[in-house]
Amino acid sequence: MPKEPNASTPLLNLIGIGKTYVEPVLGDVSITLSAGQILALTGENGAGKSTLSKIVCGLISPTEGCMQLDGKAYAPRSRSEAEQLGIRMVMQELNLIPTLSIAENLYLNQLPQRFGWIDRRQLAANARAQMAAVGLTEIDPWTPVGELGVGHQQMVEIARNLIGSCRLLVLDEPTAMLTSREVELLFAQITRLQAEGVAIIYISHRLEELKQVADRIAVLRDGKLVCDDLIEGYSSEALVQLMVGRTASAELDLGHREIGAPLLRVRNLARAPVVAPTSFDLHAGEILGIAGLIGSGRTELLRLIFGADRADQGEVFIGDAPQAAQITSPKTAIAAGIAMITEDRKSQGLLLSQSIAVNTTLSRLDQVSSMGVLDDTAEMAVANDYIQRLRIRSRNGAQAAGELSGGNQQKVVIARWLYRDCPIMLFDEPTRGIDIGAKFDIYKLMADLSRQGKGLLIVSSDLRELMLICDRIAVMSAGRLVDTFERGHWSQEAILASAFSGYVNTAAA
Amino acid sequence: MLAGMSGLKNYLGLLLALLAMCVLFAFLSENFLTLATFSTLSNDIPTLVVMAVGMTFVLIVGGIDLSVGSVMALAASVLSMAMVRWGWPLFAAGMLGILVASLCGMLTGLISVGWRVPSFIVSLGVLEMARGAAYQVTNSRTEYIGSAVDSISTPILFGLSPAFIAAIAIVIVGHLVLTRTVLGRHWIGIGTNEEAVRLAGINPRPSKVLVFALMGLLAGVGALFQVSRLEAADPNGGVGMELQVIAAVVIGGTSLMGGRGSVISTFIGVLIISVLEAGLAQVGVSEPMKRIVTGLVIVAAVVLDTYRRRGERNGH
Repeated sequence: MPKEPNASTPLLNLIGIGKTYVEPVLGDVSITLSAGQILALTGENGAGKSTLSKIVCGLISPTEGCMQLDGKAYAPRSRSEAEQLGIRMVMQELNLIPTLSIAENLYLNQLPQRFGWIDRRQLAANARAQMAAVGLTEIDPWTPVGELGVGHQQMVEIARNLIGSCRLLVLDEPTAMLTSREVELLFAQITRLQAEGVAIIYISHRLEELKQVADRIAVLRDGKLVCDDLIEGYSSEALVQLMVGRTASAELDLGHREIGAPLLRVRNLARAPVVAPTSFDLHAGEILGIAGLIGSGRTELLRLIFGADRADQGEVFIGDAPQAAQITSPKTAIAAGIAMITEDRKSQGLLLSQSIAVNTTLSRLDQVSSMGVLDDTAEMAVANDYIQRLRIRSRNGAQAAGELSGGNQQKVVIARWLYRDCPIMLFDEPTRGIDIGAKFDIYKLMADLSRQGKGLLIVSSDLRELMLICDRIAVMSAGRLVDTFERGHWSQEAILASAFSGYVNTAAA
Repeated sequence: MLAGMSGLKNYLGLLLALLAMCVLFAFLSENFLTLATFSTLSNDIPTLVVMAVGMTFVLIVGGIDLSVGSVMALAASVLSMAMVRWGWPLFAAGMLGILVASLCGMLTGLISVGWRVPSFIVSLGVLEMARGAAYQVTNSRTEYIGSAVDSISTPILFGLSPAFIAAIAIVIVGHLVLTRTVLGRHWIGIGTNEEAVRLAGINPRPSKVLVFALMGLLAGVGALFQVSRLEAADPNGGVGMELQVIAAVVIGGTSLMGGRGSVISTFIGVLIISVLEAGLAQVGVSEPMKRIVTGLVIVAAVVLDTYRRRGERNGH
């Protein structure tokens, strides 16, 4: 054990930490943390919480500022270097091997050996001791991790991070998948760790929970630290206010549009446990946004409408049809007039190794072929037309989609669906990871489409984007569509408060 | 008209390798550059060529079919039974053999696509079943048919047999299907990113089943050529042939991961393997050494191909 540091020296000191990729994502964050303190870290999607915690744990290095550990310079070059200094992190996604036992998972990188054979007795003894430290006393260390519930798996992950010296533990959304009983178990362990002098950074957007577990609260907004204070006295409303702040939104001229009859009527569409029965209408010429936190069921709702996943119940009506549309697959959805621009263009949208032309015509090959034989010239003409209209920066239509920048790749996906020409268009995070210029190109395009009388349904984690382009914003929280706001009757505070609403109650329960 | 001709440079590396091999063997053996070698080759390769065309498609959609050697033997056995026992004419018997082989391929396709089981393991099962069925049909004996079947492999034009000409035609049609039709586009798309294709509104399943059925069909055609050349059907025939077929396709640069491949390159791959074997035999290399050298060439070809592609990607 290192010598006990002077009580006045903080454990961790962050001084002006910043991170810039293409644009700055984190700037001038200064936080000090003492042993035995629990700091709650919260903020909107993309506010910089993960970036900050990854910097602390050595996964990425800051572009500005410096860190101190026990008053000495601390600049870990890798996660393992940070771990050796006692800085540990439990990520949202668990890093366990389901087919191996708890014991093996705990000691995977340091299995006790005798003459080259694993010393099973020693391993079990070590594992039992380590499991006892997180309250897993009633479970056999040889149980395969895959047979455990998610809560217990999380405990195993935490136990693994407590092996050796653990002085600072970062927990990223640890309760996202836990039942309330498991949450209690977790909190009990956190309190025990605190008593042992371990400092904890607890990242969550469940505000009620933060107050139960933490002493201090830090709020990030747009990569800046806007609050670092004792948590007592802050109401959930006040925290939401802090996360949102006041920002002047840019203006965008959407032009004159006629909002007409409903194009798409969704009735009680549901898929347990991700989407509770959901109903809404999308009108011709309307841009309807869906706001909500990550994991609130927005993407899943779009996938149900598009037939990419099967719904447990509910119906989708197209136009004024009295009968529900039979949507059982993306193919039938498209035939019914629904297009979907998927969230992840690389894994679900593009054929990266194929040309822009191939990607553009994929959903409508019958238009560039006769009797099943492709017309290369016609296909290339289509591609070049969209390259010009959408300003896709590329050499020509024969260039592979994978060689383009993110924004231009996204335009290729959009080109495919413009060419398919469906009256109803679902967009899932249409501007994620693309530069501001391409973003505005896409906004203008959406305005054009709505002027043509198409109905647009847009899921986005960027609230300002939705407020910029939408006529209405529906808010999902914990799988439910909780509120719908009309343009002129919304505020970031109100939208965010309803985005959090589904989580406040579950945490209190 | 031929789209492939515009991209001759795509095949340059493979053609150079083939040429280098021919030059080498011409130096090492004075008998290499003779009509005899040429007619042996043209007689030998049609079976391998048609099966490699089918395998190219299978690999492009991201599958693999290990049953092709057995399926070929089964088709040959059925064909010989129909001719010898039932007195069917060659044409009808050939059709029956091709039908049986197509059904085998379709079985692999339906099971692997329908239940989402890797085609690797399904086709391994079909390999055993087809081999067993071939033994069953022939009572495990080689069935001698005689000259009734040799018309297909008897040279008719410039020393080329109908089988060889048909194999070339299948290469050309296969190339056009892959590069110029909606079906070929779907195959490439499925092999590149099946989920993206599904979300683009295309049902990938029928196209995938079709690929395996087509593979079976071409194994049946291969059986017809083989029977004609040997004037007999051997239920032990085609053992290990699936590996030779896959090796030829992979030497041609088709990716085992799916999404990328070319029928023309596969054809050159078959030529490389066949010339290598014929050349080594003429030079007087022993059978064990022949296999060692062939194995080395396969590994070298794939390593070179990977290396070249990496270079291309970094070039941008």
